[in-house]
Amino acid sequence: MTVGSGRTLHPIHGALLAGTIPLFLGGALSDYAYSVSYQIQWANFASWLIAGALVFGAIALLCSIIHVIRSPHRGGFVIAYPIFLLATWILGFINSLVHAKDAWASMPTGLVLSVIVLLLACISTWIGFAKFGVGGAR
Amino acid sequence: MKSSQFYPHSLSKLFIGMALAGILSACAGNDPDAEQYGANPALPKPQRGLLPNMTIAEPTPWGNELPTVPQGFTVSAIATDLKVPRQTLVLPNGDILVAEGKGGNASALKPKDVIAGYIKAKGTTKVKGGNRLTLLRDADGDGVYELKTVFAENLNAPYGLALVDNNLYVANQDSLVRFEYREGQTQADGPPTKITDLPSEINHHWTKALTASADGRLLYVGIGSNSNITERGMVAEADRAMIWEINAETGAHRPYATGLRNPTALTIQPETGTLWAVVNERDEIGPNLVPDYLTSVKEGAFYGWPYSYWGQNVDERVRPQDPEKVASAIAPDYALGSHVAALGVDFSEASMGEEFADGVFIGQHGSWNRANPVGYKVVFVPFNQGRPAGAPVDFVTGFRDDNGKTRGRPVGVTVDPKGALIVADDLANVIWRVVRTDVQ
Repeated sequence: MTVGSGRTLHPIHGALLAGTIPLFLGGALSDYAYSVSYQIQWANFASWLIAGALVFGAIALLCSIIHVIRSPHRGGFVIAYPIFLLATWILGFINSLVHAKDAWASMPTGLVLSVIVLLLACISTWIGFAKFGVGGAR
Repeated sequence: MKSSQFYPHSLSKLFIGMALAGILSACAGNDPDAEQYGANPALPKPQRGLLPNMTIAEPTPWGNELPTVPQGFTVSAIATDLKVPRQTLVLPNGDILVAEGKGGNASALKPKDVIAGYIKAKGTTKVKGGNRLTLLRDADGDGVYELKTVFAENLNAPYGLALVDNNLYVANQDSLVRFEYREGQTQADGPPTKITDLPSEINHHWTKALTASADGRLLYVGIGSNSNITERGMVAEADRAMIWEINAETGAHRPYATGLRNPTALTIQPETGTLWAVVNERDEIGPNLVPDYLTSVKEGAFYGWPYSYWGQNVDERVRPQDPEKVASAIAPDYALGSHVAALGVDFSEASMGEEFADGVFIGQHGSWNRANPVGYKVVFVPFNQGRPAGAPVDFVTGFRDDNGKTRGRPVGVTVDPKGALIVADDLANVIWRVVRTDVQ
């Protein structure tokens, strides 16, 4: 793996960043389960999983901005990384508002958004891990 | 880490800013104030933005102000410092019983519930519910209720009250109970006898409205839904959103009418013996949907909730849908306007004066799901030949001040045969008495 386009990510930063994937994934799967079963508990699970992903994502976003500031050069992926993370978070937040609608009012928009946000979280995490790496050792 | 508390707590902080921003944006918007009363209200298309419209008027004390009443009437606070008064009952000797309490134990299921609960609590009293009945007495008839005493305590969020001969029925949030009552009594002889349990799981809408049939053998209890629109699941709605008919002797019950989302007050029409109800309809599909209503309650009828509203207008938020139920749904009699939150109803009588002799008084607690608040007043719906006829007339207003703050919120209304209207105010914790000037 080439790690050279910026400082490595702090392990906590990396953990929070990667943590958005299972949370958003859980949200998307719960949405799917609700959409085929009409069992409301799946919608509740989705709401909390997305909210958890937003908490992790918000801290990771903060870390990513600090990462930009502390990077010696600021081209390419160093800048792209927080932008993708910000896009993930904003769309994730809109998704959480959609999920706050009562019962089936959150569907199908909620499921569609959950899948898009999951993909964005994957892209952000891939950039973070593949381009900068995690941990102190280079 | 306090893992069990981590999410709700930090999330509520995280989201409050967002929610407040939503309120501000909602305040800036303008709801067209539809004239939405009567048998055929205009029903716009359902709409809902990313945030529901929420306007919670900040409470402010009455100070020296009084509610506004029509010419020929005066108003006074006959009891203050109560513990969340909801419904009242005028006893044969003129004493007034007040049910005080605050019920419900619905847990937050989504982050939204945490935030919305926090915001809505800003518009209600901080006082803890009394779980009791208070008796008010004006022995010398001067309009001052000099006696204020606890009639019964250790109840569970009592709400509906009815007197049949020597039986005083009280609808707690979880049970229907009976006290022996002797005229002149100021304190119950002992704990009440339970007639039957009432549905109380979750109790999203916890109030149990109550009235007795004209002959006193049957009792009617209003049981609200366990959600706005099934967001707590269909299973939670078993035995909810309906009016029970209960045999006063045996406690046996049957559903009298169903599909009534939240029947918050019941009363019997004196001339006909017909059961009437005010019902609070669903939220979060727009400022002018769905109208709360006043209706005569037809035995065996289905009024739509949750599948449809105002007859057969399908609510797309409900899954699975039920076209057969929708096809059987009937429309109620008279729209009061969306989100007004009607919580009290009582038929008037001749003693209220010619202008207000024939009709019903309706207490409107006031809206939250609307940029421009509505309700927050007591109206009079005139009747003609036993049916609502014409627009509602403001009867008691001034519950919101000129700055948009809330001084009080009306709940139960009861006509005193002496020519007065008793209004419970569960924000100011006051009982108001509106009396004809020439009576007092």
